[in-house]
This record gives sequence, C-alpha cells and structure tokens, in this order.
Amino acid sequence: MNIEDIKKPENLVYSKTPLLTDAVMHYCPGCSHGVVHKLVAEVIEEMGIQDKTVGISPVGCSVFAYNYIDIDWQQAAHGRAPALATAVKRLNPEKYVFTYQGDGDLCSIGTAEIIHACARGENILVIFINNGIYGMTGGQMAPTTLLGMKTSTTPYGRDAKLNGFPMVIAPMIAELDGTAYITRQSVHTAAAARKAKAAIRKGLEYSVKGVGLSFVEIVATCNSGWKLSPVEANRWMVENMFPKYPIGDIKDVLKDK
Amino acid sequence: MAFKGAIDIDKEKCKGCAVCVANCPTASIQLSKMVNNKGYHYAEMVGEGCIGCSSCAIVCPDSVISVYRIKI
Ligand SMILES: Cc1ncc(C[n+]2csc(CCOP(=O)(O)OP(=O)(O)O)c2C)c(N)n1
Ligand code: SF4
Ligand code: SF4
Repeated sequence: MNIEDIKKPENLVYSKTPLLTDAVMHYCPGCSHGVVHKLVAEVIEEMGIQDKTVGISPVGCSVFAYNYIDIDWQQAAHGRAPALATAVKRLNPEKYVFTYQGDGDLCSIGTAEIIHACARGENILVIFINNGIYGMTGGQMAPTTLLGMKTSTTPYGRDAKLNGFPMVIAPMIAELDGTAYITRQSVHTAAAARKAKAAIRKGLEYSVKGVGLSFVEIVATCNSGWKLSPVEANRWMVENMFPKYPIGDIKDVLKDK
Repeated sequence: MAFKGAIDIDKEKCKGCAVCVANCPTASIQLSKMVNNKGYHYAEMVGEGCIGCSSCAIVCPDSVISVYRIKI
C-alpha cells in the first residue's frame, strides 16, 4: 500500500487536540513549554473537563499560555499564581484549578506563595517547568541554575561562594503535610511525555478529592538560554539536570489506598 | 502483527527544531533542504519505513504532526 493510501481519516491515530487553539506558539523552536501545553490540553480533553478547568498563567515565557489552551484562565502577577489559584479554588471548589509556572516565577520571586499554598494544603495542581534559567528575560541565573552552569549573569558558571547553591524545591515541600502528590517528569522523549501526561492527569484528579496540593515538576530545557540546539539541549538536560533533579515520584498520599 | 504508518506535517507551522528527528525509531523523518515561509527547514517524511508509532508527533512542541497507521 502506498503512503497516500494510508493517510485516510479512518487510519488517523494521532493529531492535535482541539483544545489547543490554532494560534502559532510564540515559543522558540524545540522549547519544552509547547510539549507540556499539549499534554495539559490532551488531559483536559480526555477527562472532559474543558468547562470546569481554570488555569493560572505566570510571568515568564509561558505568560501567554492562555492563548493556546482553550479553557478559562487568569494571569497572575510574578510568582503569585498559587495565591490566585487559592482564591479561584476556594470560590469555585468544584473546578479543576492549576497553576503553570517557571522556576524563576516559582522558586525566586514566588517562593513564599508556593510554600504557603503547600502548607495550607490548597486543593490545586501546580505544574512547575524547571529549565534552570530565566528564559523570558534573556537567560539570567535562576535559583535552580546548576553549579558551574553558564548564564548571562554567571558568564563563568554559577559559583556557590558567590551565587549560592541550587534550590531543590520538590523534596522541601514534600515535608509539608498539605502536599498530596509530588513528582518529577520530563518531556524529551515520547515515553517520558506519556509518563508526564499521566502525572498531570493524576494531579488534576487529586485536585478535586480534597487531599491537598499536587506538584508536577517538569525538568525542561530552554535551548535559547542554554545556547544549544533543541536536540543538544535535551541531551544536556539528561546528563546534567537529571542527576540534580532526578525523575520519579517523591510523594503520593493515595498510593496503595 | 506489523504496522505501516504515514505522517502529515503542517510545514508552515513547523519551526524545524528536529526533536522529532531525534525521536523517530525508524529514521523516517528529517529536515527538508527547502525552507518554509518563515525560513525554517521544516520536517518531512522520508522513505517507506514509518510504523505510525506517533513518537514524532508526541514530542513535537508545536503539534504540527498527524499520524496514520494500518495493520499489515
Ligand atoms: C515583578 C517583576 N520582577 C521581574 C520581572 C522580570 N521577569 C520576567 S519573566 C522573569 C523570569 C522568568 O523565568 P522563569 O519563571 O524560569 O520562566 P521561563 O521564561 O524560563 O519559562 C523575570 C525575572 C517581572 N516581569 N516582574
Ligand atoms: S527563551 Fe527558553 S523558555 Fe522561553 S520560549 Fe525560548 S526556549 Fe522556551
Ligand atoms: S510515526 Fe514513528 S516511525 Fe513514523 S515518522 Fe513518526 S516517529 Fe518515525
């Protein structure tokens, strides 16, 4: 059978979910944000909760997430997404409420908001994109930047004496009784993306069970900020980010229940 | 059971990041020599080896790939 004969509607096995709008994403070629957006959209479509989901977009490259996923959104001041999500969820307890935040947004200016939302046990999902850098503003050091990693503000590499040590937030919040599910995933291969999608789904499901806050960290790339090609950035992430931010579940209060 | 596949690529939306190329198990996708209207070398299917596994489409940040699959 020739290729054109295979391309029939009845043979279609994968295509863009209708929950992603037709807007062309403003992200750099190969940026992890686009893959994570797609996974979020697919989960919401599969769960049939398009009109029951509210996203909170951050300040950072993903500020325009509301242009791409066709659900209700609010856009928070820098780092304040967990505070805004708290209000949205408490006023609309039946809704699925999630924040989508970068590491500059969540681990730097927004550290207080995320830690207190976790301590309060807000029933929301936090999707945390850890690319180890401030992408939007031109690749400055973030709290999550690895030691030795070059950024525009650490041109000779991050030095612990001068710049302190990387912030590893997931195990910190795992200590708090208000968190229900904490996991680290990635989206650089199809297998990894499938696992990340299952984690996002679990986090959204937990958010209406009243068990506390779910936190899905995606160890990601910012190939523009890292000054690598998208494929090289994925390789660099596996070699350098994964040892510091290992993939896998950190906490799951409903496991085996 | 074996599968044969085919992909469609929205070439004007493709940004030529090549993440799909690195993820294809059968080397059935590559960047074209031509560029699209934005100047990107877009992804294109090559040869007859595609098995319709969807790996390329799943990792595509811009969701420009559709996948078709038949049993043979
Ligand atoms: C109050 C305030 N301080 C600083 C900034 C500048 N700023 C914009 S985005 C950003 C950090 C973005 O990094 P991250 O959250 O990691 O997201 P990415 O762009 O990497 O996805 C900063 C510091 C701002 N917009 N507002
Ligand atoms: S600057 Fe980095 S995080 Fe922002 S869109 Fe480009 S690759 Fe993605
Ligand atoms: S569907 Fe699978 S085999 Fe076919 S081009 Fe995509 S990655 Fe390669």
